[in-house]
Amino acid sequence: MQSKKREEAIAGYTFVAPALIVFMVFLVIPIVFAIYFSFTDWNGITPLAQPGAYSFVGLDNYNQLLFQDGIRQQDFFKALKNTTYYVLGVVPAQTILALVLAVIVNQRWLKGKGFFRTAFYFPSITSSVVISLIFMFMFSTGGIVNSLIKGLFPAYQNVNWLETADGVFHSILGLFGVTLRSAGDWARVELAGQRLWEWISGPSVTMLMIMILNTWTTIGTMMVIYLAALQNIPSQVYEAAYVDGATSWQTFRHITIPLLRPTTFFVVTLGLIGCFQVFDQIFVISSGGPAKTTLTIAYLVYNNGFRNSAMGIAAATAILLFIIIFAFTMLQRRLVGGERSEM
Amino acid sequence: MASIALPAHEQTGAARAARRVLTIAGVVVLIVFALIEIVPFLLTVANSFKCLPAVQIAPQALIPTPPFGIACVSESGSPLPASETTTSLTFHPTLDGYREILVDNDLGRWFVNSIIFSVAVTLARLAFDSLAGYALARLKFPGNRVMFFVMLGTMMIPGIVLLIPRFLILQQLGMLNTYQGFIFSLAADAFGVFLMKQFFESIPGEIEEAAMVDGANRFVMFFRIVLPMATPALTALAIFSFQGTWNNFMDALIIIGGKQDLFNLPLGLAILRGAYGETLRWHSFLAGSVLTTLPLAILFFIFQRYFVEGISYSGLKG
Repeated sequence: MQSKKREEAIAGYTFVAPALIVFMVFLVIPIVFAIYFSFTDWNGITPLAQPGAYSFVGLDNYNQLLFQDGIRQQDFFKALKNTTYYVLGVVPAQTILALVLAVIVNQRWLKGKGFFRTAFYFPSITSSVVISLIFMFMFSTGGIVNSLIKGLFPAYQNVNWLETADGVFHSILGLFGVTLRSAGDWARVELAGQRLWEWISGPSVTMLMIMILNTWTTIGTMMVIYLAALQNIPSQVYEAAYVDGATSWQTFRHITIPLLRPTTFFVVTLGLIGCFQVFDQIFVISSGGPAKTTLTIAYLVYNNGFRNSAMGIAAATAILLFIIIFAFTMLQRRLVGGERSEM
Repeated sequence: MASIALPAHEQTGAARAARRVLTIAGVVVLIVFALIEIVPFLLTVANSFKCLPAVQIAPQALIPTPPFGIACVSESGSPLPASETTTSLTFHPTLDGYREILVDNDLGRWFVNSIIFSVAVTLARLAFDSLAGYALARLKFPGNRVMFFVMLGTMMIPGIVLLIPRFLILQQLGMLNTYQGFIFSLAADAFGVFLMKQFFESIPGEIEEAAMVDGANRFVMFFRIVLPMATPALTALAIFSFQGTWNNFMDALIIIGGKQDLFNLPLGLAILRGAYGETLRWHSFLAGSVLTTLPLAILFFIFQRYFVEGISYSGLKG
């Protein structure tokens, strides 16, 4: 009996070993590395074996990013601002649109369900780089979107959708005559390297386009998840509501939405984790510009680590991003409630 | 929910009219969104078959008309004006964009690389994830629970955080800018182990027990008896791994970004876009986009069920 147990244990370790080695070498050890180098001033170029390649600087990288006035702090908080606008725009948009579309596709009377599901899902299987190129093609200054608008409204002046740094909220405030000049002294108060006026700029036009792009790409995925959950709701629940004479809206508001709560939690978590890391689209479309208005935290990590030879700072930025994502996920757990569920 | 209605005899005329309006509105919303999702792809395919001047003048022309396969230059060697290859609705298709991206650029090589990477990573994950998933589901050995939670835990770490340390590790191992560097670092994934473990827990273990009593070797049994039963889960896993690797941009940028001969398709297209700056030659970029999307599109239409079933587990692509 003892030998059979031993045989089973040996088999167990052998079976797990290949995957475990990959996890250790490319996931677990890297995390330890990332934390370690976030406390150093390594530039990322000098070979580590060379004496004096780096030295320990304690919490200095974190201090530079968060508290010390200067370009590092300015960039970090610009990136944080841009990323936050991005997340707060895309996550609700993709969740609500996906839910609405899923509810319509789930209707019994609808024909061609398969077609709609395919149409909505197709962008999700396409490479983010290709999607970005397609958007650039459509929204370039001389592109099809501008010609279409011009065809409808001959007075329209072409907008350079992918290279406009103006903040959307600034533009809206401008319509009401509110500018930095007329806003009052509070607008000039500086916080972490930017004036309050700049903090409330909203996403730039370019960023807004990237937000629309990402919403467009992901609603299909979210919709399919919602659709699966809707189909799991037993029909008796609806029949009971029907017998009680509930209206469509009451049924939706008080039965469907509460029953979908675990799904909503899952969808929002996926959305948060994905959106906070937005990188590919930024790399292809705008490289962080114009005027750093599409600089996101993920892009800042890449830029500092691989372009500006500041690997220590980049590692610290990455750790901060991890903490931010973790905090947001916990916060939404509080807000949406609901246990983590696979469907 | 529009599918829930009051019993017919209790419905007033006004309520019926309201329902009609709601139904029509719902269908309109669906069709509008479906068009928004599909039209960009139609435009991409159509414009990839146009001569460059036609792309600039009439990107909206969607209907191909003969003659097919025209040359975009006249016999004297000067480019044909847009008016000779397109009208506002129709165009004469050409393969000029495909020729340019494949012959003048390295897209063909990147295509082959993408196949090598995707096939290798998929095979590795099928083997490693199913072995580990099976062990964690069926075999008792000290530490198996800890291992499972470590693997699950790695699912929560955002990929961007791993970008730098992965680069460091591969640099130390001398595997930066190599095929094996890219393949090894993606050779197992927590989602796959999790998927396989769940699957093995859902099927009865009697057949394996019987085989063990007969004295079968555990490894032989795994490959002869267990794996064939796991075909549905393996198919889903294969599709996800293939799709993820095919579209992988961020890891590719860091791990193989230093050597153009190793680029996969997304990395190649992105770097090419950077090199061209603002004056993109759209017909060839769109041709490259079509070639990058086509293999996955074919897989998608064959295995649609698996794509749709599996995404509820998977994370989002960035």
